[in-house]
Amino acid sequence: MSVTSTTDKKSVSNGTKRKTSLVQMLLEGRAFFALIAIIVVFSILSPYYLTVENFLIMSSHVAIFGLLAIGMLLVILNGGIDLSVGSTLGLSGVIAGFLMQGVQLEQLGVILYPPVWAVVVLTCALGAFVGAVNGVLIAYLRVPAFVATLGVLYCARGVALLMTNGLTYNNLSGRPELGNTGFDWLGFNRLFGIPIGVLVLAALAIICAVVLNRTSFGRWLYASGGNERAAELSGVPVKRVKITVYVLSGICAAIAGLVLSSQLTSAGPTAGTTYELTAIAAVVIGGAALTGGRGTIQGTMLGAFVIGFLSDGLVIIGVSSYWQTVFTGAVIVLAVLLNSIQYSRR
Amino acid sequence: MSMSQVSPPTEDPGEVVLAARNIAKSYGSVHALKGVNFDVHRGQVTTLFGENGAGKSTLMKILSGVVQPSSGEILLDGQPVSFSSSTDARDRGISIIHQELSLAPNMNVRDNIFMGREITTPTGVDFAEEERQTRALMEELEEDIDPLTLVEDLRLGQQQIVEIARALSVNSRILIMDEPTSALSATEVEVLFKVIRDLNSKGVSIVYISHHLEEALQITNHAVVLRDGNMTAFARRQDIDLEWIVRNMVGENFDLGAPPEGHEMGRVALAVEGLTVPDPAGADYSVVDRLSLNVRAGEIVCIYGLMGAGRTELLECVAGRLKASSGRVLLEGEDISHLSIADRIELGLVLVPEDRQRDGLVQTMTVGRNLSLASIGTFTKGLFTSRSTEGALVEESIRKVHIKTDGGNAAIGSLSGGNQQKVVIGKMLATNPKVILLDEPSRGIDIGAKGEVFKLLAERARQGLAVLYSTSEVGECLSIAHRIIVMHRGKISAEFGSNVTKEKIMAASGEAVVAH
Repeated sequence: MSVTSTTDKKSVSNGTKRKTSLVQMLLEGRAFFALIAIIVVFSILSPYYLTVENFLIMSSHVAIFGLLAIGMLLVILNGGIDLSVGSTLGLSGVIAGFLMQGVQLEQLGVILYPPVWAVVVLTCALGAFVGAVNGVLIAYLRVPAFVATLGVLYCARGVALLMTNGLTYNNLSGRPELGNTGFDWLGFNRLFGIPIGVLVLAALAIICAVVLNRTSFGRWLYASGGNERAAELSGVPVKRVKITVYVLSGICAAIAGLVLSSQLTSAGPTAGTTYELTAIAAVVIGGAALTGGRGTIQGTMLGAFVIGFLSDGLVIIGVSSYWQTVFTGAVIVLAVLLNSIQYSRR
Repeated sequence: MSMSQVSPPTEDPGEVVLAARNIAKSYGSVHALKGVNFDVHRGQVTTLFGENGAGKSTLMKILSGVVQPSSGEILLDGQPVSFSSSTDARDRGISIIHQELSLAPNMNVRDNIFMGREITTPTGVDFAEEERQTRALMEELEEDIDPLTLVEDLRLGQQQIVEIARALSVNSRILIMDEPTSALSATEVEVLFKVIRDLNSKGVSIVYISHHLEEALQITNHAVVLRDGNMTAFARRQDIDLEWIVRNMVGENFDLGAPPEGHEMGRVALAVEGLTVPDPAGADYSVVDRLSLNVRAGEIVCIYGLMGAGRTELLECVAGRLKASSGRVLLEGEDISHLSIADRIELGLVLVPEDRQRDGLVQTMTVGRNLSLASIGTFTKGLFTSRSTEGALVEESIRKVHIKTDGGNAAIGSLSGGNQQKVVIGKMLATNPKVILLDEPSRGIDIGAKGEVFKLLAERARQGLAVLYSTSEVGECLSIAHRIIVMHRGKISAEFGSNVTKEKIMAASGEAVVAH
């Protein structure tokens, strides 16, 4: 164990002024500098990149990954992983689409058209349920997180395909006479000129930051992710914390599913395939440690924007989508490399 | 008293193959070894005696090339040598057999013996040749172990033989054995001793380390005694007896304080009734066997026992980490046997675990956050934690348990071992407990920090805290404890007041009695 003290902002403000070398500063704020670099480079390469409108469009793309990444951060802080979020996103969209078409109760001979708020609540409940399945498998039945969530990834995707027979729900707008219009509000409307999806992301990020920094649950999460045995001996309900993070991750995925299907005005069973990997990438680029206990919301948000702004920028300057894949991969590897350099210094 | 015996005997009982000259080792400001001198003779056994923390393991690591001494010399066949790694030492004929065997249980005997230095031909590993050599080694050791048996199917004694065979297969002339008999049955010990004698007759020298003093005296030719990093004595077997070793091992200890007196002892705070704990690893015996004890408010009780006596399991079960198969735990008369760890902390029963890195500290959090971890509830108002209340709590803890740190925001890794231990203790004291259990609170901390920890506990006992701590160092029993309970194989083998002698405690622990 290294005895050198870290020079994070707190210990500097603590009066013990340490010389923060340039390298260290770049290392600590790497996601931020990467984002700046991306914006500068693409602004030079394309006149269309640096416009308010483009930023808003790119941000609403980021919102989807960002929502997943918030849930993923909670899970990763706990020392776990949630591979099922992409599938949960797809399943949530399909359920929302299904509910918007009306629920036919054959015995009663009626078709129920739930209002949009009820659709949102039910979909989030579904996400929470999928997360709870993950959590119970991992916390109580001791299935490794990787395997449990991989299984749920397949199951959720399979259910989504079964429900739609592989087809897509195209009409999500509802009908005024049934009182269930307004689903597209999430994806299309703007408040103060900002897409609703981005506002949802911002709100969730702020709530999550407060939970992590100012509540006992946040402290429990950091402690049980850093050393579960020590946390348990200190009275932290480690199993409850574990289940809660997977439930929250499921809810985040459900919200992302709602926003995405609203943006697309359609809900397909294959939506969100491989998004779990993008979410993990965002969390890792944001400086979180996959071993648990280290990571922040700010970092994760920066990570999500780095990925989103990079891939959209490549589209704008007309780089082949194959190259986009290569670039994204390189950024992820670089981020993990820097993470290991930073943490090995401690 | 024994200083005249510090220099090695001059008459030559055999060729000296390995010699330590003024070996010293410091870790930062901690002096683990301060000038050790001894010789290892060809074809003979030299035993290192000493309590935990006396420097045996450091010395062993130096001899086997794992660490380099800060000063002093190692002479191999009269030539000064320095080993760059344990592989380097092995190549020069020095092998070490650790207490925790380093075999891969999922592989067979042959593959374990040749692990990392497989005999290869252009077409791959030459298994036939490896098997032939393994058979030859087993014949040499007169052990009937098939080279193709999986190691996990062997008894512990046989696994040890495999380790010895592995050492011999690299032509080791000097074998270092760390507590080789601790997990062996009496018959297996006999087999091992016969193997050691055979090795001796073939010219292999043994450096032997054991807590079982009488057992070690049966096999050894020379004795080296360490205490607090100093070599207190070096002598030949025929010149010494058990009493001599104990006297040199224990010596006049650093003053760790005396039992606090003058305060009123309260009623029984913790009572354990007929507690039985099955082996956590799943073996078919009880690590704690129908054990009963009680501790009163303001009383300090020490549990002494060797490794494997069941101390840790007892304390972990009382704290709620391990499940008991029968028996009850009562806190101030209330049965808490079925409560969770968190509930027990809430009611006032806390545990400071033995391994602070693994069970005590969250390395990713700051000193302050570690200190406040067990009492988050006390500074949470409504939904949110209060920074000012937490800050005050952290400041108070740092002051009360005398932690040397830059402040609550310092990284936990920046503290010394003793201060880290104080953080774990401070974290638990911050919950205002009625009973504190400490499993080897002095493990891996230096003598000064030890004294401070004990002083702190004595102080709190005076204020009515019930303290139950365990130790494997007999000197620590005779410090602040009002009562000393000796554990042996899951049971209480003796109970003493604070006026007992070290020899009596050691005898009751099974340390100084013959194993069979």
